[in-house]
Amino acid sequence: MAISLHDVHKSFGDFKAVDGVSLEVPEGSLSALLGPSGSGKSTLLRLIAGLEQPDHGEIAIGGDPALAVPPQRRGIGFVFQHYAAFKHMTVRDNVAFGLSVRRRPKAEIRERVDELLGIVGLSGYADRYPSQLSGGQRQRMALARALAVKPRVLLLDEPFGALDANVRAELRSWLRGLHDDLGVTTLIVTHDQEEAMEVADQVVIMRAGRVEQAGAPREVYRRPANDWVMGFLGPVSRIGASLVRPHEVSLSLEPEDDAVEAMVSRVIHLGSQVRVELELAGGGEAHAQLTPEQADELELGRSDIVYLRAPAAAVALSV
Amino acid sequence: MTVTRPARIGLRVIALAYLALLLLLPVGLVFEKTFAQGLSSVWTALSTPAAISAFWLTVEIGVIAVVANTVFGVVCALVLVRGRGRARWLLDVVIEVPFVISPVIVGLSLILVYGTTGWFGKWLAVHGIAVIFNPLGMILATVFVSLPFVVREVAPVLREVGIEQEEAAATLGASRLQTFLRVTLPSIRWGLAYGIVLTTARALGEFGAVLIVSGNIAGKTQTLPLLVDTRFYNFDSTGAYTAGALLAAISIFVLLIMTVTAPDRRRL
Repeated sequence: MAISLHDVHKSFGDFKAVDGVSLEVPEGSLSALLGPSGSGKSTLLRLIAGLEQPDHGEIAIGGDPALAVPPQRRGIGFVFQHYAAFKHMTVRDNVAFGLSVRRRPKAEIRERVDELLGIVGLSGYADRYPSQLSGGQRQRMALARALAVKPRVLLLDEPFGALDANVRAELRSWLRGLHDDLGVTTLIVTHDQEEAMEVADQVVIMRAGRVEQAGAPREVYRRPANDWVMGFLGPVSRIGASLVRPHEVSLSLEPEDDAVEAMVSRVIHLGSQVRVELELAGGGEAHAQLTPEQADELELGRSDIVYLRAPAAAVALSV
Repeated sequence: MTVTRPARIGLRVIALAYLALLLLLPVGLVFEKTFAQGLSSVWTALSTPAAISAFWLTVEIGVIAVVANTVFGVVCALVLVRGRGRARWLLDVVIEVPFVISPVIVGLSLILVYGTTGWFGKWLAVHGIAVIFNPLGMILATVFVSLPFVVREVAPVLREVGIEQEEAAATLGASRLQTFLRVTLPSIRWGLAYGIVLTTARALGEFGAVLIVSGNIAGKTQTLPLLVDTRFYNFDSTGAYTAGALLAAISIFVLLIMTVTAPDRRRL
């Protein structure tokens, strides 16, 4: 089901956590709320779930106004950063919880739990307790638990934030695959740009309680709405009056028209790429990212003088 | 911290000697004195009408106080930890009152409120409700002095468990009652069990406050601690020790049940 928010506000004391957000999450999509910590993305998710009440604004799930509906009946599945596993219950009882509070027949519950444990790859773990699982397994259990009640929308609050980098990467692509199979409208909160870019159809970039930009990953990366978004989505170098990605900077040893002079302060070989750190002639620092071949050709060393150019399509600074 | 072997043994000896001198030896001697005159005198001391009445009154007051303070304690801990009211600090302070006020004062203050010349005295007399020098007053006194234990044990556990599991239960469709019974209660069960044991021990052993409000009438308002005191000052030492041993046995029994049913808590 689609989620739509209109002019939603939420303050905690003097702090405006969500400051006038309007947003559409299309049905069946996987959208990411991306922003630095304190940008209001988790609060927004909790507002959709009904775990917080907005001060002002409207929220609809599947076209129905949701604000008067308590979290129990919003038809949502929620996954917490720290799993929120029921520690005193086995994996089976955790996953069965939503069905069991709805007093469904035992046989039906059993069948559905087995099915879900299969989907999340925890079939052999039904009788374990959460403390006997790894972090990644706990989060998959939490996901199965949220999916058991067939939610209309799935809300994930930094679901991989507490996991190791490699487990995180693995679960990320697994989640994307799961979403493609199940098609449940999903909204995921993350502060990790790469994570958002990798899993989401739509990325919603938030800052200080507001939406800075929303769009497909490609679109927001290629056409950032402003400098801040550009800087937030990846490393940037400032060449003259332009902001560019380090891999877009072209380097040459010969002076050219409208090129900016710089001195190499460090050359770092990172395997598949070479990072060149530069001090600009007019003051300031920048860095460029080259392929090893490009770097070999230029034979750059410390204190060499180079000339930088930004591509024609670079974002002009909005001063 | 690493400790050398002699130091470790030394620490153990000191700890055990301390426990033995202050705790095990005195309590052990009560049991020894109880059985010194033989089993028949124990039986005689336990089967007097005063002793039987004191035993049942103690159990009755204990059960009522424990049930009342368990319910109150859990509700109060929920208000303190999960509530959003601004006056919670006041509740937090008020709960400590029974800890800091001497039980004798508790007894006296109950007389000031519920005694015949007290605030509610007239009203109570008109409606035929007898509080002071009656079991009702003893129950009030016992509830008062044993009030903080459950709150004080449950509140920190509740705080540590956090609100996430309860929120998860809500998003999964559980009502507030279902969430409380299936998620909150099981997560605080050991803290609650310990709080109940402490409440029980305090309720069974209460002397000062109960002495003041009960009038210590044998067969009517005399609990086991009061019986021990009365017998002791009447030079009935076997009777006093026997009643004392019975009291200690009940408490040890409660502690034992808790230890056996809550193995997790004992893990160091």
